[in-house]
Amino acid sequence: MKVSYNWLKEYFDLDVDPKVLAEKIERTAVEVDEVTRAADGLKKIIVGYTLDVQPHPDSDHLNICQVDVGEDEPIQIVCGAPNVAKGQYVIVAMHGARIKDNVKIKRSKMRGQQSNGMICALQEIGFEEKVVPKDYVNGIYVFPEDSHVKPGEPVYEYLGMDDNVIDTSVTPNRGDLFSMDGNAYEIGAIYNKKPVIHHRKLETIDETTDIKDLLDIKIDAPDDVQAYQMGIVKNVKIMPSPFWLQVRLMTAGIRPINNVVDVTNYVMLKYGQPLHAFDYDKLNTKEIRVGYSAQGTKFVTLDGEKRELRSQDLMIKDGDKNIAMAGVMGGLATEITDETKTIVIESAIFDSIKIRKTARHHVLHSEASMRFERGINPATVTDALNEALQLTAQFGEGKAVKNHLSPVDPNPQSVEVTLDLTRINHVLGTALNVDEVTNVLHRLQFNVQVSDEVFKVTVPARRWDIHIPADILEEIARIYGYDNLPSTLPTGPTTIGRLTTSQQAIRGIRELLQGSGLNQAMSYGLTTVQKAKMFMMQESEETKLDFPMSQDHAVLRMNLISGLLDDVAYNVARKVANVALYEQGRVFYRTAGVDRPSEVEHLAGAITGSMISKSWYGKEVPVDFYQLKGIVSLLLHDMNFEKSVSYVANQDRPEMHPGRTADIYLGDQVIGFIGQVHPQLEKEFKIPETYVFELNLQAILDAPKKIQHYEPISKYPAITRDVALVIDKEVSNTEIEATLREKSNHHLEQIQLFDVYSGKHIPENKKSVAYTLTYRDKHNTLTEDEVNKEFEQAIAALKAAFEIEIR
Amino acid sequence: MGLHEQLEELKKKSLHEISRTDGLKGLDAIRVNVLGKKGPLTEILRGMRDIPKTERPKVGELSNRVRDNITAAIEEKRAELEKAVIAKKLENEKIDVTLPGKPVLQGQPHVIQQIIDNIEDLFLGMGYQVVQGPEVETDKYNFEMLNLPKDHPARDMQDTFYITDEILMRSQTSPVQARTMEKHDFSKGPLKMISPGVVYRRDTDDATHSHQFHQVEGLVIDKHITMGDLKGTLETLAKELFGDRFEVRLRPSYFPFTEPSVEADVTCFNCMGKGCSVCKQTGWIEVLGAGMVHPNVLRMAGVDPEVYGGYAFGLGPDRFAMLRYGVDDIRNFYQNDVRFLSQFSKKG
Ligand SMILES: [Zn+2]
Repeated sequence: MKVSYNWLKEYFDLDVDPKVLAEKIERTAVEVDEVTRAADGLKKIIVGYTLDVQPHPDSDHLNICQVDVGEDEPIQIVCGAPNVAKGQYVIVAMHGARIKDNVKIKRSKMRGQQSNGMICALQEIGFEEKVVPKDYVNGIYVFPEDSHVKPGEPVYEYLGMDDNVIDTSVTPNRGDLFSMDGNAYEIGAIYNKKPVIHHRKLETIDETTDIKDLLDIKIDAPDDVQAYQMGIVKNVKIMPSPFWLQVRLMTAGIRPINNVVDVTNYVMLKYGQPLHAFDYDKLNTKEIRVGYSAQGTKFVTLDGEKRELRSQDLMIKDGDKNIAMAGVMGGLATEITDETKTIVIESAIFDSIKIRKTARHHVLHSEASMRFERGINPATVTDALNEALQLTAQFGEGKAVKNHLSPVDPNPQSVEVTLDLTRINHVLGTALNVDEVTNVLHRLQFNVQVSDEVFKVTVPARRWDIHIPADILEEIARIYGYDNLPSTLPTGPTTIGRLTTSQQAIRGIRELLQGSGLNQAMSYGLTTVQKAKMFMMQESEETKLDFPMSQDHAVLRMNLISGLLDDVAYNVARKVANVALYEQGRVFYRTAGVDRPSEVEHLAGAITGSMISKSWYGKEVPVDFYQLKGIVSLLLHDMNFEKSVSYVANQDRPEMHPGRTADIYLGDQVIGFIGQVHPQLEKEFKIPETYVFELNLQAILDAPKKIQHYEPISKYPAITRDVALVIDKEVSNTEIEATLREKSNHHLEQIQLFDVYSGKHIPENKKSVAYTLTYRDKHNTLTEDEVNKEFEQAIAALKAAFEIEIR
Repeated sequence: MGLHEQLEELKKKSLHEISRTDGLKGLDAIRVNVLGKKGPLTEILRGMRDIPKTERPKVGELSNRVRDNITAAIEEKRAELEKAVIAKKLENEKIDVTLPGKPVLQGQPHVIQQIIDNIEDLFLGMGYQVVQGPEVETDKYNFEMLNLPKDHPARDMQDTFYITDEILMRSQTSPVQARTMEKHDFSKGPLKMISPGVVYRRDTDDATHSHQFHQVEGLVIDKHITMGDLKGTLETLAKELFGDRFEVRLRPSYFPFTEPSVEADVTCFNCMGKGCSVCKQTGWIEVLGAGMVHPNVLRMAGVDPEVYGGYAFGLGPDRFAMLRYGVDDIRNFYQNDVRFLSQFSKKG
């Protein structure tokens, strides 16, 4: 809310720098967005009086004005505004003036005529167009008579531009701070001053007419109406409201319209009570009803928009005809116009949730709805109505009729909250005494009874956010000052802080992948339908958002790789050729018929380009399957599984290269896969050759691990034998190694592949492979004979199993 | 010439030859020539039998001395020559030490991960546990258990992605706290936890908004927890994350799950409190929300608010990272440009 410092000063002597006040408000109550003073940065802008206005001889739209600016001689100003005329009090930017955006005004010639300044529109001196009275939006501003301006005087004070406006950002609980009264109570508490709250009484009454003879009200939705009152003013003349009132509204960011509407807005600012004014003569039935709309009814609001109503929208009706969206916006049909004579003013409290839903649905967040959503002070519903009726009568030169209609009386209830000193100090960590606490509560103008360090606090209805002791604690804490709280750390029983085994393992895995050259990526969990179901590791339904913001983020991912490929594409598109990424995060699998997906921790990686770059000692080595497999193998080896890990070629993963993909098994369970992305998909993602892996991290974490124990290091020497052989290309390394091991005993310690070759000198469909077999007896020295025998058996097994040629 | 003279002559001649030789091979030849079985020294000693017995010890002694002298000279020369050989070899092995080293490829943890790890480590050290929870939540845990019944206006503060009426993408990590609180056995001691993780909001992505970001929320529930404890904890956190020179101030705020509720500001990074455009001239930057757990939240989790109480706080690692490193576009965190990711050295 835009809080006027000048207005605040009407509540008490306030002698603080507005910036300091704003800081205090921020530290004690609600956030302050900014403190502004409209006159800041402006220079030499004064009141002028147009003594004479003549058309410019060489222009069809310019006028030559002789303007009294309080000097001995009038000055000549050429003005292009359509509404300039003789005998107006206007805003003049003199030679050397600074107007909005620091624009400098200079003496000049306009089509041959001397112009010694500029007659300004309000927008030109910094007013937002939305607060400028309609008559002056497309021209210069003309001061009304009751502004009593004097030529030559600066305009700032007249227009409220010397005021400081503290723009607060009111939290949902502090609806009371959407009123000047509420702000006065709050600032009074901060500075320990009692505000003078002045509510105008209704005095201008025509005792001959009773409202009951003019109007009837029926409440059809009693659950959603906590207060409903109406009053009527007769014989009103619609005209601009007093200048001071217009200035007050503009300062608060509201456009002055006419004496009636301005009064309702003014009263709303003062009390926080939104009001609505209807043109009585436009009511056909003279029976006001408060109830729901029929679904699909069209309704034109004050802003001229045609809206389609829902059956949940609470409406004010003239008989059956909708005339206002309760608490949100009035209708065009019963609007106050210049011809209006009899005014009906409504002061009510509607259900905040209902109002919020309607405002949200129709995207119609008005000053009124904003207040109804946060709550209204039930204690001032009638006061606000009375002040509005009185001011309308006064400014419109009419008279209010006798009595109100009040089908739902406001029910202001004060709340009693009890709490004791021990509790206060216990929760706040303070050592306050009874007097200190009492003092704070008195500053808030709460009634307190104290006995035996127990406080019985009576909270007035204007603070409807307070119900329980914790609320009072907050009041004490903020008024006492958060700066004054001690700084301590929790005491009490010791707790052990440690990561779980899984959390530790995940950290270790991240370290390992980073150590292997992969950067950690974080991609979006929500993706497209198509990407969500790529690279699937198990059957699953998609999980879709109900109302996604965009189709790019509409479905929960069921794989991590597609996100990484997006990242690869992003890099490649920006000429980053070498990309090595991993991601650890959740995928979401859903069973048909179940709404909520299960979440499984996954781990994935993607590499493209090269991980070994060109240098002075070597060539760039492009990434390949084995580079990534090396990393994944290291990772899985490090997990120390009880079961063994194996890689089995799989041609059937649709998004993967059929000849370059392996499923990764732990025992007989598939825990992931590794390989090259299918060239077709690479093309779709606009990425070069890319290798990826994805693992079910949850399965890895859950899998049984070997119990680690020390293995004595054998002091007996090892003997090695090399074998090179030519074998069918299709025979996998795993098969060869398995066969070599088949007939060997535990002396065969290790099989090390050290060469794979095909091409020149090797028949087509064949490959040459070479292994070193290492033999060792842990408890004895092996003899050459024993080794030879074992080695020959192994080779024999190979020969028996495959067609091979030993080289 | 007597044996005596012959020996002296041999010594003189040999030492001369040794001193002149310039290679290890030559030196070896001298050794074999002079000291070998067929060498002159052996030859000379053979003449021993021709001299009187009484003379023999003297000659023997002399011949041993000559042998020793020659041997010593050879060894000395050998050492000298070997040193020269090594020197030559080292000279040949000289390299340009200014050539770049062979690179070791090292990936970095994501900058947000670094901040989360940092926070985790701090709180682990203070006896907190780290708890993760589901990203797809129920309305009950994401809102209702946190004192945000349906139609509560504060739900507007965090516009949420719904999957069904009851199931949603969590908009905060506080549901993890509700779940943990519900399960915690308070007879076994206080609950101290933090819950880091991804959260989702119905936002259009731009420089300062992201539909996905991270949160770390903390919760402590025990019999004697004060707001002073909250203040001290937040100060510790700020100093850990930003440095000792950073101050914390609390301001009143509103969250349905805490009462009192506060927002915490830290000294502005950019101006160190003097006031600048980053902090809108206030010298402070808002970094987290906190408060004393609302009695309704405790009650709903089955905790007696008359006996137990505590504090909760929540902060956004994305925002922290943006502030700490001057990142001006939140989308950087999720695009994973390698040039971005590799900027944040873990140890520096
Ligand atoms: Zn700053």
